[in-house]
Amino acid sequence: MNLYELVYVISPDATEEQVAELHTLVEQTVQGAGGTIDKTENWGRRRLAYEIDRHREATYVLELISGVGDLMAELERRLRVSDMVLRHLVVRVDEENARVERVRARRTTTTARRRAARGLPPERQPGEGQRSDNEDRDREERPRVEVQS
Amino acid sequence: MNGRKGGGGRGRRDGGQRRSMFRRRKVCKFCVDKIDYINYQDTKLLLPFVPERAKILPRRISGTCARHQRKLRTAIMRARQIALLPYTSE
Repeated sequence: MNLYELVYVISPDATEEQVAELHTLVEQTVQGAGGTIDKTENWGRRRLAYEIDRHREATYVLELISGVGDLMAELERRLRVSDMVLRHLVVRVDEENARVERVRARRTTTTARRRAARGLPPERQPGEGQRSDNEDRDREERPRVEVQS
Repeated sequence: MNGRKGGGGRGRRDGGQRRSMFRRRKVCKFCVDKIDYINYQDTKLLLPFVPERAKILPRRISGTCARHQRKLRTAIMRARQIALLPYTSE
């Protein structure tokens, strides 16, 4: 089983009930294929970055779903059929999450080791090692082009 | 025709050859802030990388490292799909 993130964008014309209906549609599809919904997040109405079918805002819903790939294919198909759904996006996240965890774990062990080598306590202490911000003094300039004629 | 001096408009450059300007060292924001996962839902994070015309800012300007630029690119493209970020503006 894999973990997927599904975001779908619902037309602003949809009523509360229709939004709820869509959620149950998703739920049923997921359960029918032996998957589970781990989290549902309704972001509410948001401004769209570009117009879709003359709409300038829409409702966003995020669902975290664990299931197999076939389930997601079926789910996507159903979402495409629904004319209330303007856009949807499915992203597989379990592998990326695992990678992030590995990176984090490695970082904590290396910092702990380095700090121990310097004779410091392994954790960062509050108020320790502030970065100086004078690096930001000179603003980045546009790349300059020397014209030779 | 025109000499080396005073080319190219703004910026006070003195004479041709010298590259004396202080140039801020460009560093990868994601490495510095230790952002391991560039989430496409985080528009606040992505927005500085798609200025004005909503094009993706190249590495040469932003200083993002290759690895993070790749991740950033996918994040931006995902965000565009669900209208969190524009493909273009105007």
